[in-house]
Amino acid sequence: MTEACKEPIRAHDFDPKFKYEISKMHGGEKLLQCYQCGTCTSDCPVARFSDTYRPRQIIRMTQLGLKERVLKSDTLWLCAACFTCTDRCPQGVEVASVIRVLRNLAAEAGTVPLVFKEQALSILESGYAYRIPDLRVKKRETLGLPSLPKGNVESLKKSLKGVKLLDLIEAKGEM
Amino acid sequence: MSKFLLFLGCAIPYRVSAYEVSARKVLAKLGVELVEMPEFNCCGLPLDPVSHEAMLILAARNLAIAERQGLGILTLCPGCAGTLKKVNKILKQDKALREQINTHLKEAGLELKGSVETKHLMQALMEDVGLEKIKSMVVKPLTMLKVAEHNGCHIVRPKEYIGFDDPEDPKTLKTLIEATGAVCLDYMDETECCGAPSVGVNDKVALQLARNKLSHVKMVDAQALITICPFCHIMYDTNEVRIEKMFNEVYGIPVLHYPQLLGLAMGLSPDELAFNELRVDASSIVKKVNEGA
Repeated sequence: MTEACKEPIRAHDFDPKFKYEISKMHGGEKLLQCYQCGTCTSDCPVARFSDTYRPRQIIRMTQLGLKERVLKSDTLWLCAACFTCTDRCPQGVEVASVIRVLRNLAAEAGTVPLVFKEQALSILESGYAYRIPDLRVKKRETLGLPSLPKGNVESLKKSLKGVKLLDLIEAKGEM
Repeated sequence: MSKFLLFLGCAIPYRVSAYEVSARKVLAKLGVELVEMPEFNCCGLPLDPVSHEAMLILAARNLAIAERQGLGILTLCPGCAGTLKKVNKILKQDKALREQINTHLKEAGLELKGSVETKHLMQALMEDVGLEKIKSMVVKPLTMLKVAEHNGCHIVRPKEYIGFDDPEDPKTLKTLIEATGAVCLDYMDETECCGAPSVGVNDKVALQLARNKLSHVKMVDAQALITICPFCHIMYDTNEVRIEKMFNEVYGIPVLHYPQLLGLAMGLSPDELAFNELRVDASSIVKKVNEGA
């Protein structure tokens, strides 16, 4: 059971349009074809070691329109994006991509684990997803490696202009 | 002679230098020329969870830069390879989306046409260098070694977009390992994820995935684990001691980047292949190779 299931579900929790919204988004197109066989959960390497992460449950909650519960659920961020579920789904549902669509919506609503924020900020600052220490950059010489290609931050920011979430990060220096 | 634009990614310069050092040495010996990216930004994969649109733009920028250079891309990281392949395919098929992304790229004077192919190191070794050439360069067959492989996920999945090898029964890395003369052992859950992408969200769950794999590798008495992904390598090598402490177990399994293994077989020294950059002591492997059969 996910932590979101502890509270009883009430009639007004359902958003009947949610599944159609998701189905229109890139990666979420086949959401309605899921018949809850559970192949995704039984093949999921994370579900095997987590007491809470169950991809089938996330898909079902999405189909039912339990928008707030899904988007606020911590388990949404546990998917390792190994795509085993996507490759094995007998209905062709891109399970990992549906989860990514949900994560994007959760991020827009303000729920993002720190690790993703840090990577996003680092990319905006340097082009690289990690802040590569000077020591590492210098060590390349002793290792006989050519100098590290530079990020073109100005050009990068120009092309990311208008991307809602990133405009927000840039403005605040955080999410 | 093949020539590629090398797309280094973020994880490798951040903390996986041995992979880059050994890959460059081996590729040079095999006659593959690498050109450095004129400018770089992340492939986009780490941003996909928070903004799919940003991921598409980041990947498309790199593809557009490669198009301008007129060169195919070679990556050492399966995450980068997978993302660049996937985005190229999506944007080639979906004209409306391509136009939308191109309006972003235009702001920076770039345009994506979809004309560039991306290959991971393994794919380039198989398709551009060829197995026969690799075998002909082996001067020190590693017949004394019994190793296991960890292929990683993004090199093969999602299969609809990647179209390389068989995700349910991948053979490429095994074939490349066997080309060095080493024996490649089968083990339980061989194709499963290392857990790396869940680090930072829930370390305990993530490390349990790696622990599961390490314990199965140990079960078949593999002398080393061979990887072709910087993230998988961090999980097994950098985190091996952490996993041992967390679960009160001992593995002591050296984790080599494939080009390190191939380099040994091609007569390069452990120093040239940056063995000293590895966290888990790999001297047992060096000793076996030096002693011969």
